[in-house]
Amino acid sequence: MSFLQGGGLYGGYGGADILHGCSIGVDKGEVAVVVGPNGAGKSTAMRALFGLLDLREGSVVLDEKDISRLPPQERVTLGMSFVPQNANVFTSMTVEENLEMGAFVRQDDFRPTMDQVFSLFPVLGQKRSQPAGELSGGQRQQVAVGRALMTQPSVLMLDEPTAGVSPIVMDELFDRVIEIAKTGIAILMVEQNARQALEIADRGFVLVQGQNRYTDTGQALLADPEVRRSFLGG
Amino acid sequence: MSTNLRNILLFTIMGALLVAVGVIQSANVALAILNLCLISAIMTLGVNIQWGYAGLFNAGVMGFAALGGLAAVLVSFPPVPEAWAVGGSRAMLGAVTGALSIVLAILAFKMIPGGRRLRGWAAAAVALSGVVLMRFILDPAVEAIEAVEPARTGFLGGLGLPIVFSWIAGGAFAALAAWGIGKIALGLRSDYLAIATLGISEIIVYFLKNEDWLARGVKNVNGLPRPVPYEIELQKTLWVQELAAKLDFNVIELSSIIVKLSYAGLFIVVLAIVFWLSERALKSPWGRMMRAIRDNEIAASAMGKDVTWRHLQVFVLGSAVIGLAGAMLTTLDGIFTPASYQPLRFTFLIWVMVIVGGSGNNLGSILGGFAIWFFWIEAEPIGLAVIELLTSGMGEDHALRLHLIENAAHTRLATMGVVLLMVLRFSPRGLIPERGK
Amino acid sequence: MTDILNALVLLANFVLVPGLTYGSQLALGALGVTMIYAVLRFSNFGHGETMSFGAMITILTTWWLQEKGITFGVLPTALLALPVGIIATVVMCLLFDRVVYRYYRREKANPVTYLIVSVGILFILSGLVRFIIGPQDRVFADGERFIMKARAFKQMTGLDQGLAIKTTQGVTVVTAIVIVALIFWFLNRTRTGKSMRAYSDNEDLALLSGINPAKVVAITWVITGALAAIAGTLYGLDKGYKPFTYLGLVLPIFASAIVGGVGNPLGAIAGGFVVAFSELLLTFAYKRVIAYLTPGDWIPEGLVQLLSTDYKLAVSFVILVIVLLVKPTGIFSGKTL
Repeated sequence: MSFLQGGGLYGGYGGADILHGCSIGVDKGEVAVVVGPNGAGKSTAMRALFGLLDLREGSVVLDEKDISRLPPQERVTLGMSFVPQNANVFTSMTVEENLEMGAFVRQDDFRPTMDQVFSLFPVLGQKRSQPAGELSGGQRQQVAVGRALMTQPSVLMLDEPTAGVSPIVMDELFDRVIEIAKTGIAILMVEQNARQALEIADRGFVLVQGQNRYTDTGQALLADPEVRRSFLGG
Repeated sequence: MSTNLRNILLFTIMGALLVAVGVIQSANVALAILNLCLISAIMTLGVNIQWGYAGLFNAGVMGFAALGGLAAVLVSFPPVPEAWAVGGSRAMLGAVTGALSIVLAILAFKMIPGGRRLRGWAAAAVALSGVVLMRFILDPAVEAIEAVEPARTGFLGGLGLPIVFSWIAGGAFAALAAWGIGKIALGLRSDYLAIATLGISEIIVYFLKNEDWLARGVKNVNGLPRPVPYEIELQKTLWVQELAAKLDFNVIELSSIIVKLSYAGLFIVVLAIVFWLSERALKSPWGRMMRAIRDNEIAASAMGKDVTWRHLQVFVLGSAVIGLAGAMLTTLDGIFTPASYQPLRFTFLIWVMVIVGGSGNNLGSILGGFAIWFFWIEAEPIGLAVIELLTSGMGEDHALRLHLIENAAHTRLATMGVVLLMVLRFSPRGLIPERGK
Repeated sequence: MTDILNALVLLANFVLVPGLTYGSQLALGALGVTMIYAVLRFSNFGHGETMSFGAMITILTTWWLQEKGITFGVLPTALLALPVGIIATVVMCLLFDRVVYRYYRREKANPVTYLIVSVGILFILSGLVRFIIGPQDRVFADGERFIMKARAFKQMTGLDQGLAIKTTQGVTVVTAIVIVALIFWFLNRTRTGKSMRAYSDNEDLALLSGINPAKVVAITWVITGALAAIAGTLYGLDKGYKPFTYLGLVLPIFASAIVGGVGNPLGAIAGGFVVAFSELLLTFAYKRVIAYLTPGDWIPEGLVQLLSTDYKLAVSFVILVIVLLVKPTGIFSGKTL
């Protein structure tokens, strides 16, 4: 049993099920990556772990505690943090205010955490008083990740963080992700850029039609000719 | 079958309530309510065409009804030759100038090459100079016209035609206005459309209140001709006197009942025609398409339907029906009072009728118009009775009791609000829900 | 030189002072409408009646205070009574939210449904207000009537034109400045205020950050109710209280909110003054101003007025319609706090 573990998940958005029994897990200090074709239910699975859709069956366990029935806000207080794919910053608010809102549930002094975020993403420190809506796509992703880090989470979930950014920005973002994982945070990430993501992944899940097709370490998946042919474009 | 039974039952209850008022209060009161119920029902049908068929929120009902009222004056009132003599031609010229400047402004916006901003300013400049020129031509004429016997006329008068023609004219006035309004406002988001139409209707009423040369403004136009005989004349006729004797009725009361019944007859004919046409339209391919657009605008426009054009059609048609009802109302009143057009009564109350009756169902609209008008009138005596009962324990001249009784009339506003909220919450599809949904 | 000063004083007396006063009233009203729009995302047609309700409670309290012999010196007693009006209006707003609006939030109703619901509340409130206080005109301003009397101004400056400033006008502008400053401090400097802005900016992300929507909504109603009570009272103090006029205020208020960009507080304030000054400038008779500014004794023949005073209120409707058609997002293009 991993630190965060969703097992046997079934569910969808009211209509037909999208998830058909997939299982996803991640441990502290690890990077886990979920890949798969379009419509495989990758993002849905991640949202299910965060409680953003009703599960019909299956359970979500965090630190040996069943959280399947908790609303998202309570999962935030338990140390989970989620970065959605779209609209993941408060565009009308400054970078600093975005981070402040990330720390909304905290009652203690969050200045040190903010300084950590600024040292992780130095450009944000320079642009702290600018509205997030005025930043470039890559910088916005940094704000989004920074906001999610402000709760000092034990699990950080990223939904396609590199969608729509240049390859250089993507590489840099992945470097930061590894850096964050090294501080002992569990990272779960859904990615379209499967090959690059699996390269940094301790664990990889290949989902097809809401089920696990392959589950292994990132390196093993990259080495598997089946996976390469079907999912990584040869 | 069961829905039919239910509908028959609902209308029977409505009829029974009216009869009950006839027995308890008087036949005259019941008929007065009935006539306004009929007009309300037509107005409600008009709003239903826009909201129920197409999902357009028109909060400008008041403006279209007022235009109908204006039509009643302009069609039926005899012309005032003195006023025409002193300023008629100049006023017409002024009006033409005004219309031309609007057309020119639109042309300027469409024709002048260059950016949107430039064209906008050009159009604004054209419109502004048009207004200045119009005022220059119009103002002396207005002054002259308004000086002609201001206590009695002071306006150009109308055409002196039978007032029934004004019902068609009222529809036409409203349709024309709706075409212009729709052309510019229909692209707006639903709640902005509501605010814009509310604003435009206020402008229309403001115009009618202040342009005395047109329809006397707040001085009102009294004594519009009637499509039915006058009570005084009826009282002189032999058959009325005989009928009164036979029925053991007061002649004066009987004459009044006959007048109201004649109005009711006319109104029922109009209501029947409008209802029949509305039903035909709803069931036609056109009506099905309208509802398809309402339920999924994006899909409909993706299928090649010209949504804006369809919306304009339905907006014009619905407004025409409202204008028709507005003209009928002024005919019934025999007086045109621009100051009486209040959004609460003429826009929001009609909306309560549509929602309570059942959006998208014409029969529901009629029932809604009847039921809400009935309670709008009867809430007053009922409220008074309730308050008197509740405060009967207090002394006759207890201050609170007197205050409550004095203000009992206002409970009807609150009652309407509660009814609207209750229906929205517990029966959002109304008394008679839309079919096939 | 004196002529120019006289012309300026004339304009100040008939345009600047009334414009600042009316603009402040509209701005406070528009702020309320904009708050609701930014957080609950609908156009609240009932806002005018909410203002009327707040003013009514304040008036009743004022009467009670006056009966007890308590007054506020040179200032209107209504200012002492205002806190009661604010609390009552806030409670009323929260009650309606709990009983009526909350249901539609859970249903995720569309904006038009909310709009119709707010019409229902408009009916209820207008009935309630007329039932309690009656439909008559009420003048409840007391204390010193003028800060500056026209005659005193003339004596002081030796000019032909007088400048009169009523106490209610001064009170209105000062209160509006204080309230607006408080609102901006709240929204930009406090955690709760920022969470409101966050919610208004991106509801889903606010949820993910652990911001409690119920609390944000409640605070929005608290602020809106307070703003409505203050705006309603100030308007009543200045122009006399009559329940009927408050429904008519909804449109100029919407105009103000939309002109500035609905959902944007700064826009609401700017919009209030744009509408107020447009009304006054378009219907002001410039005859005497021009007479002062032109050399010699020449006086223009007409009133030199762009629009007759009868059309004063219509100006705001025209502005509203033009803005909706030309730039529906308003000057400040706002949708969020």
